[in-house]
Parts: sequence; structure tokens; C-alpha cells
Amino acid sequence: MDFLVDAWNWLLTPAHWAGAGGAGRRLVEHLRLTGISLALACAVALPLALWLGHRGRGGALAVNLSNAGRAVPTFAVLVLFALTPLGRLGDVPTILALVLFAVPPLLTNAYVGMREADRDAVEAARGMGMSGGQVFLGVELPLAFGLIMTGIRSAAVQIVATATLAALAGGGGLGRIITAGFNTYSTPQVVAGALLVAGLALAVEALLAPVQWLLDPVRRSRGAGRRPGPSAKPAAGTAGGAFGNSGNSGNGSNGSNGISNSPSRISGARGAGETSTTRSELDGDLR
Amino acid sequence: MSARSCLAANEWICGEYLRSRSQELVDATVQHVGIALSSVALGLLVALPLALLVRRWRGLAGPVLGLTTVLYTVPSLALFALLMPVFGLSAAVVVTGLALYSLTILVRNLLAGLDAVPAETREAARGMGYGPLRLLLEVELPLALPALMAGVRIATVSSVSLTTVGAIVGHGGLGDLLYAGLDSYFKAQVLTASVLCVVLAVTADVLLLGVQRLLTPWTRTGKPAPAARRRGRGGGPAGGPGGPGHPGGPGGPGTAASGGTGAAAGPVPSVTSAAKAG
Repeated sequence: MDFLVDAWNWLLTPAHWAGAGGAGRRLVEHLRLTGISLALACAVALPLALWLGHRGRGGALAVNLSNAGRAVPTFAVLVLFALTPLGRLGDVPTILALVLFAVPPLLTNAYVGMREADRDAVEAARGMGMSGGQVFLGVELPLAFGLIMTGIRSAAVQIVATATLAALAGGGGLGRIITAGFNTYSTPQVVAGALLVAGLALAVEALLAPVQWLLDPVRRSRGAGRRPGPSAKPAAGTAGGAFGNSGNSGNGSNGSNGISNSPSRISGARGAGETSTTRSELDGDLR
Repeated sequence: MSARSCLAANEWICGEYLRSRSQELVDATVQHVGIALSSVALGLLVALPLALLVRRWRGLAGPVLGLTTVLYTVPSLALFALLMPVFGLSAAVVVTGLALYSLTILVRNLLAGLDAVPAETREAARGMGYGPLRLLLEVELPLALPALMAGVRIATVSSVSLTTVGAIVGHGGLGDLLYAGLDSYFKAQVLTASVLCVVLAVTADVLLLGVQRLLTPWTRTGKPAPAARRRGRGGGPAGGPGGPGHPGGPGGPGTAASGGTGAAAGPVPSVTSAAKAG
């Protein structure tokens, strides 16, 4: 465990934080790359996903994009971009790669969130005479909020991770501390860089969770829902509905595809209920 | 003449490169496959007892799932860097790191699969005189197999893709070629290695889907199967890992439910929806 002590000492040395190649500068670089890329990716993916979800089209595209993204090595894309003429444009190839890998989780989660918005609530809203836009803003969007935020969280963590790899492909960011440490055979520096990167990824994940909870419109309207109001009602009603829905969905996939041929049908929401108490995509609805 | 000039001209696509470096490419591919497969195998080896422990003592669920989630959040370059002082510059760094990622996915899917085994089925087996071990091996694990296989597919595809990052410790299979190609600005090498990586990932996924079909013949008999299979096929290019069980339907994006036959993987947490990229 000596190497952890050495790494800790490395982190506590002020000289390692100062200067052009110092950890402070790298951290700022990393945060800047992450912020720009996340904003760009959201600007591209969310409107598209919300529109597709509202229309109920393009499901195969939205869902499969995540799967395709998994098969393509991030490192390979970063290196490929670095060798194209784009590579001469400073951060452009890095940001482009980061956006590319952040789009799938955003798109898929937001799309599924829109589609999973309780159909009964949507129908009821239509029946109450809401227009397409009103249904979108008043019913579908609040119900999809949990999954949209889950997508943003995944994308943010993804970008932090990918931005680290950018250092391997000649980009900036905290990964540079690690690669520089490897080049100079400085194990304390390698481990210190790794701790910084891991800490940043975990911090992003940990900070976005309470943000999601605070902003969740379903939770907020449920609190206000004690007094019946036109806007609170559908949201509060469907919060339960969304849970029921998701509960089914976990087991529903058993029922409809795989295990349904096994001796008896899957019963109840037990499996879904229990596993989702970890940190599943149902979080937003459950709380 | 013209073939030779494509190397000299540093073109992206170069037949001469494939011919002259075929041995290098084969070696790198073999190393790549070896690292990816052994990491998933190691992950599976640890995930199985871990999932059973969690199932027996529910109190362990929080710590185990929390810890694996934290591990999963750590970017790969950082994880390899943290393992480097322990294992030195060896393939063990990459295999261990990727096994830890696989572990997260596999434990979750295994638990989801086991939890989804109907209580009636368990009761029936017990009533027929099945002991705990036989119940597990002959009833519960087979029924959890689709969920487990969905996890194995995701873990394998992620591992194949992340093995490239092992280039940092000099054991990245095709990633080593990418890394060297970046330094020497060797376009043909970078493109070839990248394409091979994707081909490997897709091939592994399709092969595992085939294995899953062979292992769970009961999912294909009966009436819902044809529809389910069609949906799965229509899914992604070459059946990406975890095609949509139901487009827009159940499970959410985190579902590891593989196309068509995927089951029981609904309540898989959202972490797995992110392509583990860094």
C-alpha cells in the first residue's frame, strides 16, 4: 500500500498543481472539455429524442444506438480522429469523439422515458382536451424526467471517462498526468492521476444524483398534490402508474419473450421492486 | 508497384499493409481475444459466488452492488493505472481491470435473473424433493440463464472494446497497434486495427447469442418465441448486445435484455446502459 501513500504525497505537493502542465490546469481542461461536450451532446440528442419519443417513432434507432456504441472502442475513435485533418484543430477531434459517445445514452434514455410515460395518463390528458404541445410539456416531459436525467448522468460519467482516454491520443485533461507518469516511470504520479480521475468521475456521478432528485417534477408535484390541482393531478396519479408500469416491465420482458414458456408465469413485481432499490433507471419514479 | 505506394503514401486502406503485417495483426488479435475472454471468464467466476452470497444474505446486497457500481464508474485508464503498482506492466493489469467491470454487469444480471425465478416454480421443485443445490443447478440457474447470457454479452462486447486501453501498459492487443500507429501516424494500421476491434466485438456478440439459443432451447418452443425472435433480429446491426426486447416498451435503456430471447433482465440498473467507454 506504499504506492497509495506516495500518491497521496504527490497530490499534496503544491508544485505538482502549479504551472502549465500542473494538475490544476489539467483539472480545468478536463472540466472544460466535459462541459462543452455534454452541452453539445444534450443540444443534439435531447431534442431529437424528445421529438422521436413524442411521435413514437425511431425506437429501433434510439435503442440500438447504445448497443452499437458499446462495440466501438473509444480509444480507436480518438486515434482515428487524431489522424484525420481534424487532428490539427486542437481540441476539436477530442470534443467530437466525446459528443459521439455521449449521444447514445442521452438519446436512448430520453426516448425510452418518453415512451414509458404512462399511456393511460397521456390518453387521459388527450381526453381532457390537451393539445399535443400541452401533453408533451405537461405530462410526457415530467414523467420522462427521471430517465432523461439518468441519461444525462450516464453521459456525463461517460464523457469524464472518455476525456481521460483523450490523453492517450494526445489530448489534454487529467489523463495527461497518468500518461506523463507512465512516460517518466513515476508510479506515484500515475496513481495520483488515477485517483484524481476516479474522484472526478465519482464526484460527477454523486453530484448529479441530488440534482436529479431536487428537480424531479413528479416528486415536486406529488408534494404539492395534496391539494388537487389540474396540473398536479395527472403527474401525481401517474407516479404510481409509472412504478406499476416499470414493475411490470422488468418482469414483462420475461413474460413476453423468454421465460414465459417455463412452467409458470412470473408473478408480481418482486424482482423488479427489489433490484430497483439499488440504483436502477426507475429511481426517478420510485422516489 | 501500386501496392507498395499505398504504404509509402500512408493511405487509410492499404492491401500491402495487410499482406506484409499479417503476422503482427494475427498476434495482436489473438492477444486481444485472449485478454477479453479471460477477463469475462474471471468476472463470471467471481460473480457467481458473489451473487449467491448476496441472495443468501440480503444485507450484502447494498455493499456489494454499491462497491461494484463505484468500480464501474472509475474510468478504465484510471483503473489500469491503479492496478499497475500491484501487477506491474503485465497483462494481469488489463485482465483484472476488465474483470472488475464485467463483475458489475454479471452480478446484477445474475441477481435479476435469479430473482425473477417464480416462487411457484421453486415450491414445485422443492415439493418434488429437490435439495438446495439441485434446485439451484437444475431449476434456478437455467431459468436465470437468459439474463446471465445477456450480461455476458454486454460484458464481452465492453471488454473487447476496452482491451484497447491496455495499450497504456503495453498489453492492449489491437490497442497496441492503435497506440503505435498514432505515434508513427500510420493510417492503414490505425484503421485496420479499429475495424478489427469492431469486427471482434460483433462476432463475439453473435456467437454468444448462438450459445444462448443452444443453451435455452425452451425459449424457442411455444408461441411467443417466433415473434420475439423476429423482433430481436430486426434489432440492431448484427444483433447488437441487448437489442430492444420491446422497442419503447419495458425495461428501460438499462435493460440488458438481449434481442429476442433476452429475458429477466428488465430491472438492470442504468449504469449498464452506458457503453463503458473510458
